[in-house]
Amino acid sequence: MIREGFSLGHSFIHRLDPRVKLVIAILFSIVVAVADRFTVLLSGLLFSLVLIAMARLKIREVFYRLLVVNGFILLLWIFLPFTFPGDTLFSIGRLTASREGVIYSLLITIKSNTIILSCIALIATSSITTLVHAMRHLYIPDKLAHLFFFCYRYIHVIYLEYTRLVNAMRIRCFEPKTNTHTYRTYAYLVAMLLLKSYDRSERVYNAMLCRGFKGKFWMLDHFSLKGSDLISGTVMLLYIVGLVFLQWGKTIL
Amino acid sequence: MHISEGVLSAPVLITGAALTAVAVGVGLKKMDYDRIPQVAILSSAFFVASLIHVPVGPSSIHLILNGIMGVLLGFAAFPAILVALTLQAFLFQFGGITTLGVNTFNIAFPAVVCFYAFGHAVKHKNSVIALCSAFGCGFVAVLLSSIMVATSLVFVEESFVQVARLVVIAHLPVMIIEGVLTVFCVGFLGKVRPEILGG
Repeated sequence: MIREGFSLGHSFIHRLDPRVKLVIAILFSIVVAVADRFTVLLSGLLFSLVLIAMARLKIREVFYRLLVVNGFILLLWIFLPFTFPGDTLFSIGRLTASREGVIYSLLITIKSNTIILSCIALIATSSITTLVHAMRHLYIPDKLAHLFFFCYRYIHVIYLEYTRLVNAMRIRCFEPKTNTHTYRTYAYLVAMLLLKSYDRSERVYNAMLCRGFKGKFWMLDHFSLKGSDLISGTVMLLYIVGLVFLQWGKTIL
Repeated sequence: MHISEGVLSAPVLITGAALTAVAVGVGLKKMDYDRIPQVAILSSAFFVASLIHVPVGPSSIHLILNGIMGVLLGFAAFPAILVALTLQAFLFQFGGITTLGVNTFNIAFPAVVCFYAFGHAVKHKNSVIALCSAFGCGFVAVLLSSIMVATSLVFVEESFVQVARLVVIAHLPVMIIEGVLTVFCVGFLGKVRPEILGG
């Protein structure tokens, strides 16, 4: 179920140091999230699109990903133009859409998609294991890193367990409907899942103790910053600084 | 229950991130190394369970389960939910990096509230009290979450009020179903493995 499809590739972006990608993705997301000028956002969008193009991802899959994530944005488009105060742009029956409302919705749409595209290009192009590794190199708390490793590892295992339980339900002709029987069955499914996960966690921990676990994960492979990482990291950083100046230049200077 | 990237304003994002950082810090501090596998594996169970779609009339909803998470994990629900949401953001781009703080707080804070409010009552010998508090646990967790999502939207922009109201109303059936599910789920766990609720 969890296919990290985007992480399989050999483009320039895929080969960049994950630490650089992670830092740039975070900085870029923050800047775009708080920016409110169309010039800044469109330059940001250009940045994300260039990265997507460089990562040579399948456009159809990227597009599908965007479609799924834009559900909430669609909800805003239904309400915001009509509730935002401002000049009337057009009216449907008794509802009047304001120009400011439409502009605001457009702003949010561009912002949201710009950030998502940059995250697809920079983050989804690394595997989760490498990303967590990169996060450890960027000094996130040790316990949190452990949680990430374990959680990611066991999502797959628990998903398999889940499909097994669902298959068992199907074999017994379970058909989900809106009734108590369905909800009870799903509740037992969740409870079984939690129970099995709980038992598994105890077995795993005991197995770790047997193998001499003393509360520390050793990092075996270390990343090395290559010249190309440094150069592209600097270029991207300069672009982000440029965006900051474009947005707040007047107040800073 | 996720708020997408680009919707919230800087003050809301910063407040959410700060609150989450503090709460995750407390959660990590309270969690010993020997509990890490347990918290992590429950966190992945939470991730998987959120993929389950339950039918409601013609449409379906997906489970949130933050009430049960709270009862089972206590304060450790904060790091557990943070990890699950980060993985969702990395893998599916649901939520995102800048909204991670707000989204984590909106889901994990009600979980912790439920732990303190209902954690003991769900194990009560009187089955009526136990059942009612289990229902309350599932119901209140989702109710609080949706109110918090609505509040964070209204803080950004007052004209979000309609959307915010819709968020809460749309989650009403989810609250009821989560309540019912929690009753059955906690009842099952209490019968099969009471010590798991000791949490």
